[in-house]
Amino acid sequence: MQENQSVISARNLDLTFQTNDGPIHALKDVNLEINKGDFVSFIGPSGCGKTTFLRVMADLEQPTGGEVTINGVSPEEARRARAYGYVFQAAGLYPWRTIGGNIRLPLEIMGIPKAEQAERVKRVLDLVELSGFEKKFPWQLSGGMQQRASIARALSFDADILLMDEPFGALDEIVRDHLNEQLLKLWARTEKTIAFVTHSIPEAVYLSTKIVVMSPRPGRITDVIESPLPRERPLEIRETPEFLEIAHRVREGLRAGHGDD
Amino acid sequence: MRNIIPILTVVGLLILVWYGAAIALNAQWARDVAARADKTLTFSELVADTWSQEKPKLPAPHQVGAELWETTVMKKVTSKRSLVYHTWVTFSATFLGFVMGTALGTLLAVGIVFNRTMDMSVMPWVIASQTIPILAIAPMIIVVLNAVGLSGLLPKAIISMYLSFFPVVVGMVKGLRSPDQMQLDQMRTWHASGMQTFWKLRLPSSMPYFFTSLKVGVAASLVGAIVGEMPTGAVAGLGARLLAGSYYGQTVQIWSALIMAAALAAVMVGLIGLVQRVTLKRMGMAQ
Repeated sequence: MQENQSVISARNLDLTFQTNDGPIHALKDVNLEINKGDFVSFIGPSGCGKTTFLRVMADLEQPTGGEVTINGVSPEEARRARAYGYVFQAAGLYPWRTIGGNIRLPLEIMGIPKAEQAERVKRVLDLVELSGFEKKFPWQLSGGMQQRASIARALSFDADILLMDEPFGALDEIVRDHLNEQLLKLWARTEKTIAFVTHSIPEAVYLSTKIVVMSPRPGRITDVIESPLPRERPLEIRETPEFLEIAHRVREGLRAGHGDD
Repeated sequence: MRNIIPILTVVGLLILVWYGAAIALNAQWARDVAARADKTLTFSELVADTWSQEKPKLPAPHQVGAELWETTVMKKVTSKRSLVYHTWVTFSATFLGFVMGTALGTLLAVGIVFNRTMDMSVMPWVIASQTIPILAIAPMIIVVLNAVGLSGLLPKAIISMYLSFFPVVVGMVKGLRSPDQMQLDQMRTWHASGMQTFWKLRLPSSMPYFFTSLKVGVAASLVGAIVGEMPTGAVAGLGARLLAGSYYGQTVQIWSALIMAAALAAVMVGLIGLVQRVTLKRMGMAQ
């Protein structure tokens, strides 16, 4: 595996939703390369198309123009090959299944043998620091722990790409900090490529190697920032001048995007 | 135990109203009888009479109670005069019809959820079927089935099924559609098949709706079984008791059959409620 190998690539991507109030231009002329092992954040106000872009990568929305490839193939083929794990804003755990049972769900669907299922459940629970919670039911866990379980579920089938749609958006700041720290550790251990949608500037700057700033009407990319921060990031890095400088640039980008309405 | 007090209060009030109504409705007959014997009744004599007539317009609660005691505890259950026997006859038709109705309703709901053509074509007929008065169609079903050699339990069960499949269809369609877009998207990201989505997501999600439908369905099923016993001159069952009672003006018998039917419905709905509580609690879906 060479460095800087492109995993996700979007060229001249366009997506227009036809609604009763007329067409909505959700994505306009979006171009982006995501390399292997990148942690890319998408940030922007609501309606900027960041979630739509992620859903296009996941083959949950169909673009009306341009092209996206995942591992060199179309999103549909990538989905069929189970090339990515998708983490939604809500944990979406089934209340009638234990945490272990929830993580086993995609494995059952994919027809993975029972013995291997058990082993994988153990491994991913360990990755998200939930060992010992396998037999618990979702309602017995806090919101943050539930979201970690849903990340474990997305990791369970060993996809190289992790698509995350505001996974910590519904959690309070303290839990969020903790989960951000954990996510970075997990990313370092697993070397996944992560695409992460957020509307928190500190979260985007803290986590990412690349920050994609987007703006609405029509949804488009206004700035792509390559982060100079090292991969190893303690929480305190958020008080350094480098960090604040990137955060400033992101804020400028967001403001510029808003200037035209 | 705290919720038993309001229930008993209401029961007490109803019994009071019932006794009062018995006086009002049966007084005329008591006065007529007294007038023919050239007597006048004091108020307490009048009350005593209205509560103990042999064929009252409205029997008093204790008369119905005595009749219930007489026909359940004091009779062998195999006797044709035992209300337990009649209740059993009605229950077996109700139960069979309920099982068939639940199966039919569930199958139709699955078809409606998975097949757009069925969604467009079947649902109007399902609704239309319930607008036909069951009293009008029940004799037809009995006659037609008799002509092809089916009699006894099955025709009654089919009328029960006719009434009980409806709430199951409506509830299960809603239940099978209850997973939200996110849950369905999630299944899509795992490239799950329609069958996998059905067994692992849609069916478990529908359980709260399923049990609610069953409660409505079992009550409708009992009505169906009783109606099925009426037009056929059936010799056994609560419906037959009601019919025989009305032929011979045996209001006490009618009321005791009605009370028995209500008790049967309460027990069946209660049992389903119990299964519902246990199941949903184990599934982590208890409200």
